[in-house]
Amino acid sequence: MDWNTIFVTTVKAAIGFETVVYALAAIGLNVQFGYAGLLNFGHAAFLGVAAYGLAVTVSTFHLPFWLGILIGLAATVVLALLLGIPTLRLRADYLAIVTIAAAEIVRNIFRSVAFKDIFGGSDGRQNFSGDFFALNPYGPGQYGIGPITFNERVLWVLTVGWVLVALSCALVYLLMKSPWGRVLKAIREDEDAVRSLGKNVFSYKMQALVLGGLIGCLGGFIFALGQASVQPDLFSTDFTFYAYTIVILGGAARVFSPVVGASIFWVLLVFIGNTLSEAVAAGVIPSSIMTVNQVGAVRFMLVGLGLMLLLIFRPQGIFGDKREIALDAR
Amino acid sequence: MHAETTSKKAVALAAFEGLPGEPGVPKPDPILVADGVVRRFGGLTAVDVAHLEVQRGSITALIGPNGAGKTTFFNQLTGFDTADAGSWTFNGNSLAGVPAHRVARSGMVRTFQLTKALTKLTVLENMRLGAQDQRGENFFRSLIPSLWRRQEDQITERAEELLERFKLDAKRDDFAGSLSGGQRKLLEMARALMVGPELVMLDEPMAGVNPALTQSLLGHVKGLRDEGMTVLFVEHDMDMVREISDWVVVMAMGNVIAEGPPDKIMSDSRVIDAYLGAHHDAPLSAEEAEEQLQEAEAELEIEEKA
Repeated sequence: MDWNTIFVTTVKAAIGFETVVYALAAIGLNVQFGYAGLLNFGHAAFLGVAAYGLAVTVSTFHLPFWLGILIGLAATVVLALLLGIPTLRLRADYLAIVTIAAAEIVRNIFRSVAFKDIFGGSDGRQNFSGDFFALNPYGPGQYGIGPITFNERVLWVLTVGWVLVALSCALVYLLMKSPWGRVLKAIREDEDAVRSLGKNVFSYKMQALVLGGLIGCLGGFIFALGQASVQPDLFSTDFTFYAYTIVILGGAARVFSPVVGASIFWVLLVFIGNTLSEAVAAGVIPSSIMTVNQVGAVRFMLVGLGLMLLLIFRPQGIFGDKREIALDAR
Repeated sequence: MHAETTSKKAVALAAFEGLPGEPGVPKPDPILVADGVVRRFGGLTAVDVAHLEVQRGSITALIGPNGAGKTTFFNQLTGFDTADAGSWTFNGNSLAGVPAHRVARSGMVRTFQLTKALTKLTVLENMRLGAQDQRGENFFRSLIPSLWRRQEDQITERAEELLERFKLDAKRDDFAGSLSGGQRKLLEMARALMVGPELVMLDEPMAGVNPALTQSLLGHVKGLRDEGMTVLFVEHDMDMVREISDWVVVMAMGNVIAEGPPDKIMSDSRVIDAYLGAHHDAPLSAEEAEEQLQEAEAELEIEEKA
């Protein structure tokens, strides 16, 4: 077994491209779900409209890169308003139902044959990241410490990605320390109490939905640019549920928990996946038990098992406060 | 303090002097006036209040048997539910159809029958939330702490004064969810005061509170009147109603059926009927008993023949 490869890929996963994308998605979701208590089950759609907003503007309509970013941001805000206006006055479950349906509608529009000229069907869109990589200050080559290296393109994506993660965390930290954040957390606990104290609950929920969507949409940009392509099926409901897993793993309503949660999630996935592959390849695990093709499914089973154990033995997540969970049982 | 309580009570009682105990009787200086408020749930008319006035600076109790529509009426007035018909004014401004948060801002603040402590916020944070016109509650201003820090300090100071008065100061940094039921009632009342209300509407403030705490809660309710606030409260505990209210409004089947001072209202035949059913204690005369016996026998005979 090649422990060196396993180690290198695992460390890379901790700070890698997927971790950045999922961290941004989870920070946004943490604002909505962790702080404001909004059950947004269509978070993938926010990343999707942002990624497609950028990709379609540049590759289909040959417009400038920065205009694409603006359109991606605008599309996210419009989606949040569309989802929020009819549902945020109703009970929490309605938002859950509407968002999960909306996310599937968005994905199916992106992959539909009727709009193939615009969105590119199930192949998606390519050739829109040129301007982004033209800004790359790193010269060609490998950068890193020892065996853990990234090429200049990946390094540029990671640099921008981690800067965005840091800025988002700073923004969330400032907001949640302020009276604005206090209103949001109070709405999570009991909307009617907050209403009886003269706060416009609908407006705050809408602000949280838009803000969470915008932070998530940064993840959508990184997702699209890092792969230099977008496909509709990247933004399926699985994505949303991984983001939820990450938020709960880290501990909801904590500033850094989505970042650490994303890191741990991907480290677990990559470590278990690579270890299993190596073990099968080296014959440590005989092919009568598992073949290489089955590794992908088994690693998700094991990660799932690990998450279940975490929730049983540490229900507050990694950063959560045990006293808060104890209150729920009262 | 005691002298003040008596004088404020005297003023409040003087306002009610000589008022007839009819439903909807006009008051000298009403803070809240409701007209024709109707709320139906399908075929059931939960609330149908023709006219009601609440006197400023008084403690008015709203009583009635279970299902009389007291809480539903509260919900209409405070914007938590939409009335099917009717109008009501607070300080002369119409509040019909106004959303709950604006009702609260206008100075009419309510509490809930099932206490709504914000469990995962600390006691102090619960209190701070009640303050109005906070600069830091605006999204963009909240990002610059220097814009709201000073106001936050003032709010904290006010919150701590109130917590001390309600004897919750030792709990200020605890989660509200860790408080006992009675302490939560106290916290909810204190939090409502942070809004700076003119009219405080308490929905069953004594429900589930132990007798020791009841006395202190009673004192706090009286204290609200002494500070010039008006109190309207729903309550089942008749001892409490008798002890602190200046005026009692009785609801049954969605209607206001009687009003009056607390010492007289309990002996009003309409109130007794509403609580215990009409003619519940009308004595049977010998002839009536004989008549009932014959009726029953006649019915039995018919059944036997059939």
